[in-house]
Amino acid sequence: MAAESLQISNEESGTIVSSTKTITLRIARSNPKKNTEQKFDEFKIPYQKWTTVLDAILEVKKHLDHSVAVRYSCRQASCGSCGMKINGRPALACFTKITELNSDVVTVEPMNNFPIIRDLVVGFERMFSNHKKIKPYIINEESEINPGTKEFLQTPEDVEKYIQFSNCIKCGLCNSACPTMATDSSFVGPQALAQAYRYVADNRDKGKDERLKIIDDSHGIFRCHFAGSCSQVCPKGVDPAMGIQLLRGYLLGFRD
Amino acid sequence: MRESIIMKIHYGTAVAAVALVAVHILFRFTLGFAESLEYENVIANYQFLPYAGMLEIILILISIHGFNGLRVVLLELKQGSQYEKSVNYGCLGAMALVILYGSRTIFMTNMGMM
Repeated sequence: MAAESLQISNEESGTIVSSTKTITLRIARSNPKKNTEQKFDEFKIPYQKWTTVLDAILEVKKHLDHSVAVRYSCRQASCGSCGMKINGRPALACFTKITELNSDVVTVEPMNNFPIIRDLVVGFERMFSNHKKIKPYIINEESEINPGTKEFLQTPEDVEKYIQFSNCIKCGLCNSACPTMATDSSFVGPQALAQAYRYVADNRDKGKDERLKIIDDSHGIFRCHFAGSCSQVCPKGVDPAMGIQLLRGYLLGFRD
Repeated sequence: MRESIIMKIHYGTAVAAVALVAVHILFRFTLGFAESLEYENVIANYQFLPYAGMLEIILILISIHGFNGLRVVLLELKQGSQYEKSVNYGCLGAMALVILYGSRTIFMTNMGMM
């Protein structure tokens, strides 16, 4: 009975069993509601070659300090909840293995360019409102209920134009890496701009002019400096920097 | 004015200014550096109408490009509707002043008033 309980307990504790290798996990702690000062708490965590940063944080939560605030859900880079700065670089904690960091110290901090709620949890209001602003849906008056318009056929070439941009999981890593987002609080951001391109490039969509008008303002697409860091950090292989350049092509008259 | 139109003007003035400034620099090579800055030579340049015209165009192109660049930098530095309005009108005014002052020099010299 005791052995059975132990087995269940081991299973529940996830990856961290009988490992001799350890790392120091430094977690940024802050609570803007109480005070704005940020401090780092350090924890020694054993790890295996498959241990992710999220596993390590959850190990801390489970056995060492359950007050650590972290947002997570799917643990497989699908939901986009666990974005954070890992050793200074925005990444998904569930998609970053400790072994690939090649460091004995792993520092996790909340993402830049987002308001901190507590510890590693940030607010997504600005990103989601910019996302909504660009109308992230197909605009087409020919609705499905009209006869003969139930299908909007596309060739593989048509799909190829936008498909990579539809992989966006709204994790916010691109906005966190963007240097313009850091200084311009009204900038629409690479996430929303990449999504604007996703719908503009879709030949089923008829809202191109409407969307181009939205992003063509003084804090819109032309404030992008093309640093390209958004594309560097995207965990889903989306290239927002390319989308932004292609959108600029429409606005400058190089594309129809 | 839409930002895409402003940026078309921004890019266009940059390309045109590079071409004309290259011509201007080539003209300077026709004389030695010190010689080209001598008073009589500078006045002669201004009194040669095609060259004075080119200098006037360079002045306009660089003022438009430069002050729009400054506007963009200032807009990224801080936000707020009052501030943005001040930056937009301030840069437009400063651009007009620089063009007027530079043009005054070119016209007065060209007409032999200096």
